[in-house]
Amino acid sequence: MDLDYTTEQKLIKDEAFNFLKKECPYSLVKELEESEAGYSRKIWKKMAELGWLELAFPVTYGGGGGQFFDLVLLHEEMGKALLPSPFFSTVIQCGLTILEGGSEEQKQNLLPEISKGKLLMALAQYEEDASYYLSDITMQAERQGGQYVLNGTKMFVPDANIADKLIVVVKTGVTEVSLLQVAGDDPGLRVTKMPTIGMDNTCEVIFKNVKTAQENMLGRPGQAEAILEKMNAKAMLLKAAEMIGSCRACLDMTTAYAKERNQYGKPIGGFQIIQHYLANMLIEYNTCHNYLYRTASVVDSGEDFGRDASALKACVNEANKFISERAVQIHGGIGTTREADVGLFFRKAKSNEFICGDTEMHREKVFESLLAQA
Amino acid sequence: MDYQLTHEQKKLKQEYEDFFVAEMKHAPEVYHGASELEARFSSDEAWAFHRTMQKKLAEKGWLTLAWPKAYGGQDATIIEQLVFREVHAAHHAPGIDAGVNLFAPTLLLFATEEQKKRLLPQIGAGNVNYCQGWSEPNAGSDLAAVETQAIREGDRFIINGQKIWTTGAHRVDYIFVLARTDLSQTRSRGLSVFSVKMDTPGVEVRPIHYMDGKHLYNEVYFTNVDIHESCLIGEENQGWQSTRATMNFERSGIHFIVAAKERLFQLLAYVKKTKRGGKYLSENPLVRQKIARLYEDAERGLSLAYRVAWSQEQGDVLASAPLASASKVHGTELVQRVAEYATEIMGLYGQLGESKWAPLNGAMSDLYQWCMGATIAIGSNEVQRNIIAWVGLGLPRFK
Repeated sequence: MDLDYTTEQKLIKDEAFNFLKKECPYSLVKELEESEAGYSRKIWKKMAELGWLELAFPVTYGGGGGQFFDLVLLHEEMGKALLPSPFFSTVIQCGLTILEGGSEEQKQNLLPEISKGKLLMALAQYEEDASYYLSDITMQAERQGGQYVLNGTKMFVPDANIADKLIVVVKTGVTEVSLLQVAGDDPGLRVTKMPTIGMDNTCEVIFKNVKTAQENMLGRPGQAEAILEKMNAKAMLLKAAEMIGSCRACLDMTTAYAKERNQYGKPIGGFQIIQHYLANMLIEYNTCHNYLYRTASVVDSGEDFGRDASALKACVNEANKFISERAVQIHGGIGTTREADVGLFFRKAKSNEFICGDTEMHREKVFESLLAQA
Repeated sequence: MDYQLTHEQKKLKQEYEDFFVAEMKHAPEVYHGASELEARFSSDEAWAFHRTMQKKLAEKGWLTLAWPKAYGGQDATIIEQLVFREVHAAHHAPGIDAGVNLFAPTLLLFATEEQKKRLLPQIGAGNVNYCQGWSEPNAGSDLAAVETQAIREGDRFIINGQKIWTTGAHRVDYIFVLARTDLSQTRSRGLSVFSVKMDTPGVEVRPIHYMDGKHLYNEVYFTNVDIHESCLIGEENQGWQSTRATMNFERSGIHFIVAAKERLFQLLAYVKKTKRGGKYLSENPLVRQKIARLYEDAERGLSLAYRVAWSQEQGDVLASAPLASASKVHGTELVQRVAEYATEIMGLYGQLGESKWAPLNGAMSDLYQWCMGATIAIGSNEVQRNIIAWVGLGLPRFK
């Protein structure tokens, strides 16, 4: 057991913190929220230059061959800055799906492009009924000769409005669920941004006779679940890391405010009720943060961490909402305004709650896994 | 960043595991229902089992894991000791008293060489049991308000006053007492720590019965208790320093979390095999959600407890104190949540105490009552939150 950061980990953490502090102030986050693209191309390019986009991939595919824990640190920092970027959709959800399920050729073609910042991708999973379970997928891809034809609607697709390619979860048989790549500029696609609390790139995507060659399938027919499950276990840990980073920044911002805001002739941080709100926020942060590190540190060892990843996402969903809600309360009236930064944390916490599955779904998974062992 | 135990530590953990599985088979029935601390003091038979266990742990060297070799210890790391405590707590095993838990670490830090040589071997050998004499009727959360006096007369001290909430005072051999030795000073200044034999004339123990009728806590009265100055621990009038250090030893919180986790797995086994209205409780979505939440809370608590131990190992008091407080708050509130959910899920059976009708021998209804003391004892959770706010977040202290 060694609960210190290694020298290399410290470097990654500090570099990310300093870069984002300079490049991505909260004022920019608000600006990007109101923009059509929803992210900064300039920052994305610099992230590629810093090697962040290749960190998740092995050297053989033009990657940086980073440790999983490096990604955790990066996500914590991105969470602190609330960086709006297609990192999670492109590098994690799609990149790791390609890495888990793609052919050698697909990996060689796609991963270096992602690493260089030249390819944006989006994963289209959910449908109108908003179920997280692949068994509820209804959208069919019809086989016609050497290609598949897609018709139907995908909902809550992150970053579809900027994606060069989509990975679509579709039925290719009666029960068989598969992964198909589709060009983002296909004329049969209609992409519409949905207005979310997080003011992010959440989209509805309507497919009308969208054709894609059968070579564009990732994995074999019926393999979607196995591939996505592997990707998702990692993705939910990283989303949790991002949210925990947000919790930290939100807590620090609110502590600083409580020290400088005076009422009754003294800082409100001197009142015990405010102190105990903040103490409760720190307890939630500390427990989740250490659970994240403990779970993340076994990922590269090959040990199964699925149950803990789900348990972590569930409790981080709750902690992030709790911390950001208290933060607004402590800020008082100003905390409810567009001008104040603290509201960003409150809104993003709600949007992030649903990414990679909500609390109820994860608790269901945790219980199933516990019951099997009991 | 690595939370994994070494191969050697994993082997030790297994050794502890095997030991407690074997030994707890001989435990009196009460150890399988009530909380361990309650069980230990509940009857002569239960106390005898504690004493036997204490001797066995001493023989293995497990009472003194993190002590230096010079005083009969094993020179193990705090992490290794934590691994032991984790397994120990998971089996609801007795054998570790306040002497090992609190008094010995204080001695190691603050006692004179002579005191260490005289007192530590007795504790390490499992020959004696201690209780903690801190709280008073007017000094609860505000411990610096202690009124018990120990007045020097030559090489003697005369103690007068009253202690309260003294766990196990009716069965142990010694009490370590925080008392005022300099009446011209107030609050945290002018306090000293003494080790007093319980059979010293003038020491009187009166029981305080817990809400369920069990006898765990006591009042201890001191009336002209005449002790030799060799009973003074550390320096005269410097008792606050060692008392504050001792508080941290109490609060890593792992035993709360591990005990909660064990109860949670008992609850899981119960809902798996118990039917209500023709359906297994494990099929009820509310039950499933609640048990999963308890699991999350246990695992994140355990993760924090490791961090506390790690931080204490590094000697970083400023970092470890608020973490230890956070761990204590989370652990004790988790125990309450386990008890609340469990008794609720059991329905009508959730109210039953130890009896032929009670699921899990009444463990959950017992826990439901006992756990109310946990958020109050060893520094109330309100005091812990103050520490987190002041030390952890740098917010202004109130005077």
